[in-house]
Amino acid sequence: MTNNIEQTSTSDIDTDTDIDVDAATQAEKKAELKREYKELAIQGLWKNNPGLVQLLGLCPLLAVTATVTNALGLGLATLLVLVCSNLTVSAIRQWVPKEIRIPIFVLIIAAFVTCVQLLMNAYTFGIYQSLGIFLPLIVTNCAIIGRAEAYASKNPVKQATFDGLMMGLGFTLVLIVLGAIREILGQGTLFDGANLLLGDWASVLRIEVYQLDSQFLLAILPPGAFIAMGFIIALKNVIDNHIKQRQPKAVKQDIERVRVNFDS
Amino acid sequence: MAFWIASSPHNHNQAETSALMRLVTYALFPGIFAQWYFFGWGNLIHITLAVVTALISEFIVLSLRSKHGNKSTNKHTLSKQLFDGSAILTAVLIGICLPAIAPWWIAVIGSIFAVVVVKQLYGGLGQNPFNPAMAAYVMLLISFPVQMTSWQPPLSLMTVDLNLSNTISTIFTGFTSEGYSVEQLRADIDGFTMATPLDTLKTNASLGLTVYETMQNQIFGAHFSLGWEWINAAFLLGGVFLIFKKAIAWQTPASFLFSLFICTFIAYSISPDSSASTMFHWLSGGCMLGAFFILTDPVTGATSTKGRVIIGALAGLLVYVIRDFGGYPDGVAFAVLLCNMTAPLIDRYTRPRTYGHQPSITKQEEGK
Repeated sequence: MTNNIEQTSTSDIDTDTDIDVDAATQAEKKAELKREYKELAIQGLWKNNPGLVQLLGLCPLLAVTATVTNALGLGLATLLVLVCSNLTVSAIRQWVPKEIRIPIFVLIIAAFVTCVQLLMNAYTFGIYQSLGIFLPLIVTNCAIIGRAEAYASKNPVKQATFDGLMMGLGFTLVLIVLGAIREILGQGTLFDGANLLLGDWASVLRIEVYQLDSQFLLAILPPGAFIAMGFIIALKNVIDNHIKQRQPKAVKQDIERVRVNFDS
Repeated sequence: MAFWIASSPHNHNQAETSALMRLVTYALFPGIFAQWYFFGWGNLIHITLAVVTALISEFIVLSLRSKHGNKSTNKHTLSKQLFDGSAILTAVLIGICLPAIAPWWIAVIGSIFAVVVVKQLYGGLGQNPFNPAMAAYVMLLISFPVQMTSWQPPLSLMTVDLNLSNTISTIFTGFTSEGYSVEQLRADIDGFTMATPLDTLKTNASLGLTVYETMQNQIFGAHFSLGWEWINAAFLLGGVFLIFKKAIAWQTPASFLFSLFICTFIAYSISPDSSASTMFHWLSGGCMLGAFFILTDPVTGATSTKGRVIIGALAGLLVYVIRDFGGYPDGVAFAVLLCNMTAPLIDRYTRPRTYGHQPSITKQEEGK
């Protein structure tokens, strides 16, 4: 009996430790997952922003950001397509042969873009018209196929979807900032025509920052987008440099070598 | 005793940037005087505004850059850089290009753009790929087409007496002290708006009038274009003075004017009814200013002799094409920017042969 009790007790202890180990590994996994999500968010929104760092999808970025409303419309459309395509690509990644993966990704993206295009045509016709060709051109947006190829085709569904969300948000934010700068400089307003995108109530969002007798056409035309984009990237680099300088420097022992060159 | 041995060149011309810039600015004076005589005080006010703005923005950018740059750039070099004359010359050129009664913020925005974006963001003096004054002019022309094309007719044709106080109040408020608007200032006795000769020629050509009929308009005056011909002649005078002083190379303006002569001569021989004479093209718009003061910019132009000839010829062709077939009445600024883009390429293929070397490496290899 005692033996038995001992045995059971030992077995109890064993199972306890097993549970502990399981809990520990699970907690570790959770923490790791959390870290990965955090890393994905930082990468998408700042460090590896598709608009500011990767400079992908510059064509719509520069062409349609004359007003915040247009920027928001295109940003939301891209965000939706990016999330859906990342999800689908990640879900079918086991069955896609490596040789023909790019055409399959393009087909998936094109299908979602068509859905978004039809939806915008039905519900936000004004924005659909002002975005014009750049809405169907989301298919060729390198940011989307880049994420499908670089991340979604190698990672599980949840992470891939989150990555698409963060990358899309980063892209949308850049679009909105650029749109705001260009709209303020060009027309002196903010959220002009927001009712086209968000419904009639949104016409109260329109802010007249200052009164302009004549529009500053450079800011509205594409060259202004290039110049404003350059300033935004410069600002990001300034902030990055500032953060880098504030971090304590790891002191490294320099190994000095004397270079002797007899030829010169 | 050891001799101090130095390699050539042994004779140095101690010319500084500021001396050259000052010389070029002085050479602009006859043209500015002619502008003052025919168009009143407007351009002088714009030049003042542009110079002040350019110096302030140059000072801000230079102090920002010296803060982050190496420590050796102290206050002395900053003031030296600020007053090296390049920013002042750019601002004076912008002031000359603007319509005399354009609003004040045109000059301010233009000189900020020229100094901050076109010059300093590319690395400052000597690093800019585009001529700052012309880039700023094109930016203004594209951004504010109404204000940038509101040229007033020469003073002798104006119905309103445009004196100094009237000009100042027009530039700063948009109305003269008697309450005339810019549009009214530009109107002739019959109430029609008068444009520049080049603009009138373009509009009338689209209406089907011949050049001879167009030239009867009072703004063309007795010769080619009233006022403008003397302004261009004055800039020509300043340019010849610069060539005489060896401040600019003669090849660029000569080849520019010759190329414009060839183009207009061909056009005039083919259809004299629809194309203006060479003298009209030479003596209207910004032709002489562009030929002697803009295209010869040592930073943005070509550097080799052959390259200068090519750049001048290309600019002449472009000016003719834009004036006759383009959407804008005058094309000097656009032609200059396009030539600035091609200058590095032209320089690369027109590199002069170094004394004692084979014509080029590729040919040498082929010879072997």
